[in-house]
Amino acid sequence: MTSEQAISVRNLIKRYPQSSSNAVDGVSFEVERGGIFGLLGPNGAGKTTIIGVLTTAVIPTGGEASITGFDVVREQIRVKQHIAVVPQRPNLDRSLLVREILTFHAAYHGVPRREREAHADQLLKELGLYERRNEKADRYSGGMSQRLMIARALMHKPDVLFLDEPTNNLDPQSRLFLWERIRALNEQGLTILLTTHDMDEADQLCQRIAIMDLGRILVNDTPAELKKLIPGGNSLELHVETAEPAVLVERFGALPGVSKVEEVPNTGAEAEPGVTSFHVFAAEAGALVGAAAQAILEAGARVRDIRVRQATLEEVFIYLTGKHLR
Amino acid sequence: MITTRYETSRTRLALGAFVATLHRDLVVTGREFVQFLVTALMQPIFFLFIFGKILPSIGLAAQGFTALLLPGIVALSSMLASLQGVTLPLVLDLGFAREIDDRLLAPLPAWMVAAEKLLLASVRGTIAGLTIFPIGFLILGNTFAVRTDRLGTLALMILLTAATGAVIGLLMGTIIKPEQISLMFTLIFTPLIFTGCTYYPWPALNHIRWFQAITMINPLTYCSEGLRYAMVPPVGGHQIPTMGIGWVIVALIVGIGLCGFAGTRTFLKRVVS
Repeated sequence: MTSEQAISVRNLIKRYPQSSSNAVDGVSFEVERGGIFGLLGPNGAGKTTIIGVLTTAVIPTGGEASITGFDVVREQIRVKQHIAVVPQRPNLDRSLLVREILTFHAAYHGVPRREREAHADQLLKELGLYERRNEKADRYSGGMSQRLMIARALMHKPDVLFLDEPTNNLDPQSRLFLWERIRALNEQGLTILLTTHDMDEADQLCQRIAIMDLGRILVNDTPAELKKLIPGGNSLELHVETAEPAVLVERFGALPGVSKVEEVPNTGAEAEPGVTSFHVFAAEAGALVGAAAQAILEAGARVRDIRVRQATLEEVFIYLTGKHLR
Repeated sequence: MITTRYETSRTRLALGAFVATLHRDLVVTGREFVQFLVTALMQPIFFLFIFGKILPSIGLAAQGFTALLLPGIVALSSMLASLQGVTLPLVLDLGFAREIDDRLLAPLPAWMVAAEKLLLASVRGTIAGLTIFPIGFLILGNTFAVRTDRLGTLALMILLTAATGAVIGLLMGTIIKPEQISLMFTLIFTPLIFTGCTYYPWPALNHIRWFQAITMINPLTYCSEGLRYAMVPPVGGHQIPTMGIGWVIVALIVGIGLCGFAGTRTFLKRVVS
């Protein structure tokens, strides 16, 4: 039994007992085999509940979800066989030594002894934990625990890996290391679903991103497409030495595809006398760099700086989910 | 990573996972064995010493009392060892450590994770109960007396006692919140220990009917009485009176079934939402 989709979620609803609203409220999405999919959303958006459903820890109130074609409610054993989870908080077995955490995990999944011993050593080496394999995990730092949980997740060679806010509380080195590992694992064919509220992380890693709020998916697209969602999100930022800004506004406005030109008030510490800044909004702002420079020259002005500004995911996120705290 | 494991049947996967989790617990128990024995046996050893040795020696308890006490101590040790083997770790684990999650993600149904806990706790309770025999022999010396013609009943009673402790432990472990631990232990353990006919035979309470009725709510009463039936040698050709062994066994089996069912349900509620 195989399926093209590694993860398939259809009209998923979860309402917890004694709750007046749905934690997950009619969510549908699919992740194809070998994809990296990001669930982005503020706290309480329903990300962890979705992971819970997909990893058999939460029973959905309505809708359907399956992993590589196996229904998460009816085929729990098969689902568990194919998934691995790296949770938000360390849940390492502190009664065992580090290496045993890996070998026992593999034993739970029926990996033969010789294979699990070799695989454990290999992963411990790859993740830089081999020297400290005979310690207890409670002596590990946050970054090491995280790496150990990833090693544990890989011990039974899952098809789908769930990472719940994987780089929360990690130092920058650990974060970069983890990103590299995630990409490498994905290149080996592992399907990855990660939740995060770190926009940079989502942008760096994910091929597709769903932005969630209040139990619903607001948008589901590639990072590049998401950034186009903000009206005028794509723009040229020009700094020009000119005596006649109004002429330039007119000339920029005449360039192909331009929707709006703004003369930016030149105030603040960085303001230079004689230099005016402009924002030129267009669907394909990057393609206008040459034409804009030409226009500036023709107007007898001098270019000081031209930049293509893309909206960040963070702007998209705030644009979609609002600024209020929750 | 290409999936190549469809051929393993679900039953085999689940059984393999069950055996592996049991193996994990046996390894950990083995490593903490001395600590386990000290925790399980400290209290019973002192009870045996004071009530079974000192009090009879200074004439405050009858000589025959020791023979009645020993089965009670076996019951108490066995039940507490298996009960504590589940309750405390489970309260902490479900409360915040969540170390159990790795086993819940193993390819076996969640109820089998609970069943494995019950099995392991029963093993611990059985070991603790059996250890009382050599210790009792050492402490009590020539007043140590156990009849040897009911060994089958004795073995069954120790297993039932350990299993009773395990199912109560599972139920408590899944109900108690971490912040309630010390209160619940006092509220449950103290009455459990003192109303369980550990230090007195149940038929002797015939004159204090209301208290006798209370002891019947306590599962430890049935364990103590069943072990008394299996262990206390006849005096002058007379059996000492105990609760009927048939009733004891039926009550314990029914109790284990009900409590085990309830405990597994509360366990599932805690791990699957």
